[in-house]
Amino acid sequence: MKLPRAQWLLLAALLVSAAVSYFSPAYNPYFLDIALTCAINVTLAVSLNLINGYTGQFSLGHAGFMAIGAYAAALLTTSFGATLLPLLAGQAWLLFLLALAAGGLLAALAGLVVGAPSLRLRGDYLAIVTLGFGEIIRVILQNIDSVGGSRGMIGIPGYTTLFWACGLAAVAVYCVWALVHSTYGRGFIAVADNEIAAEAMGINATRYKIAAFVVGAFFAGLAGGVYAHLKQYIAPQGFGFDKSIEIVVFVILGGMGNTAGVIAAALLLTLLTESLRQFGDYRMIVYSLLIIVLMILRPQGLFRWGRG
Amino acid sequence: MTEFLQQLVNGLALGAVYALIALGYTMVYGVLRFINFAHSEVFMAGAFAGYFLARLIPTGSVVGGLLVLAGAMLICALLGVLIEKLAYRPLRGRSTLTALITAIGVSLLLQNLGQRIFGPNPRSFPVLFPLHYFHLGGVVLSSAQLILFAVTAVLLLGLRHVVMKTRIGTAMRALSFNPVAASLVGINNDRVISFTFALGSALAAAGGILYASSYPSIDPLMGTLPGLKAFVAAVLGGIGNIPGAALGGVVLGLVETLVVALGGSTYRDAVAFAVLILILLFRPNGLLGRLQTEKV
Repeated sequence: MKLPRAQWLLLAALLVSAAVSYFSPAYNPYFLDIALTCAINVTLAVSLNLINGYTGQFSLGHAGFMAIGAYAAALLTTSFGATLLPLLAGQAWLLFLLALAAGGLLAALAGLVVGAPSLRLRGDYLAIVTLGFGEIIRVILQNIDSVGGSRGMIGIPGYTTLFWACGLAAVAVYCVWALVHSTYGRGFIAVADNEIAAEAMGINATRYKIAAFVVGAFFAGLAGGVYAHLKQYIAPQGFGFDKSIEIVVFVILGGMGNTAGVIAAALLLTLLTESLRQFGDYRMIVYSLLIIVLMILRPQGLFRWGRG
Repeated sequence: MTEFLQQLVNGLALGAVYALIALGYTMVYGVLRFINFAHSEVFMAGAFAGYFLARLIPTGSVVGGLLVLAGAMLICALLGVLIEKLAYRPLRGRSTLTALITAIGVSLLLQNLGQRIFGPNPRSFPVLFPLHYFHLGGVVLSSAQLILFAVTAVLLLGLRHVVMKTRIGTAMRALSFNPVAASLVGINNDRVISFTFALGSALAAAGGILYASSYPSIDPLMGTLPGLKAFVAAVLGGIGNIPGAALGGVVLGLVETLVVALGGSTYRDAVAFAVLILILLFRPNGLLGRLQTEKV
């Protein structure tokens, strides 16, 4: 009876976000922006959790997938929006959906390419290759003039509403949760626990690792598309190593492979960085000190009790 | 041909700096099995220590420059030991991921403290050593480069001596081979780890000063990219392998300089990672790393 309940929860989450989104013009734009950022960060954290948490791989290039999704979606709505919109009966939401899907699929393709080396590389070696992949994406984007190069891309339509951001977060949470808790999905956890034992049980570890990368990258790409249409401006520098690290910190502080904990950590850290703004220049100093202290006091993650 | 030789010299100079930083990554990895992301900030701290020491010590002569270098190495060795004591020692015995995130926290902390204390604007690095240019059949060699090569060579030979010939070096190797067995034969693991951090941080400080002497502008975020690339160099050579880190650094410096010379300067920062991915696809444990068979 687990799955149907999860589907009800997903439906409820979508309805609530639609309802809340309907009244969004009445909200304080500052809080609205924080809520949207929270939703995007939850999507990123949950999608990375599939790779780093449940499957036990170590990816340090999640911002690269996000960048691919963001640029692909933004390119579709800005450069081809005028031609595509009449074909879609002038429905902007259809165009946005199409752009998001294109960005997600392209990111998933990149996930396939990055996941392939995971056949041979483990641990730190895989970490550095994914980190390198993220940096390569950033440098390539900086060198493509038609998307603005290092100046970034401007004039992206602001299609993102609370519904899109929260809806995506809900779908991502549901998909990752349902995937891992399905019969097929137990394989991810088996690979993370002990790859050799999993192989001996007849689990194709390679396929699971690549599947984790493809699904994780897909949702990161979607989050990138939503992000681009929220900020209406994207630049390659925004998708660098720092961004990847930020997402990894969500996952580790939440407790690897603990969906609820990871969501809570993403929310907490997003709100924390906002509330620390009053400290001005000391904000990042406090933030980094908190990370160090938290890791020393609660290394199993903030929200993990018992089995750890 | 002279153009090629010139680029070769420049590439070797850059590679020597990468090698110095990469050694710190690889030695810490050898004893603790985790990536010390704060290492690139120790490199930055080394450059800043040199900047301020240069005000106290009369520079412009070889002796003065070397004094600044030695002072900065000492300061960074202390900084490295301090970081290990405060941030990493409480995590001993916990998962390496915990240590990794803590290292990222320390790295962010040092970057932001640096920006707070030194200000975010770049400063020009003083000339530590007397500047001469030597012309060797069309190839120009600056005194800064010569000193860079000499200092790197001395430091690498010294490191080799320490690691291979001294008691503490033997202890380091024992620890990286098997920490439990090392403590069973009476090695004080904590002391060896402190020593490793001191050694690696001193080398990073030397790298920082030599780098700042060649690219004379320093700022609190200067460590990030050279640090990442040095880390790539360490992985390239096979992480945990000391000669491998030196080799990886030189290979990386050469390839990067040659790509820039061939007109790919805007792709400069991607080169290191592209080389890494290519090499790891064919040699998954790095150039000199030994393939570890997994025991069930």
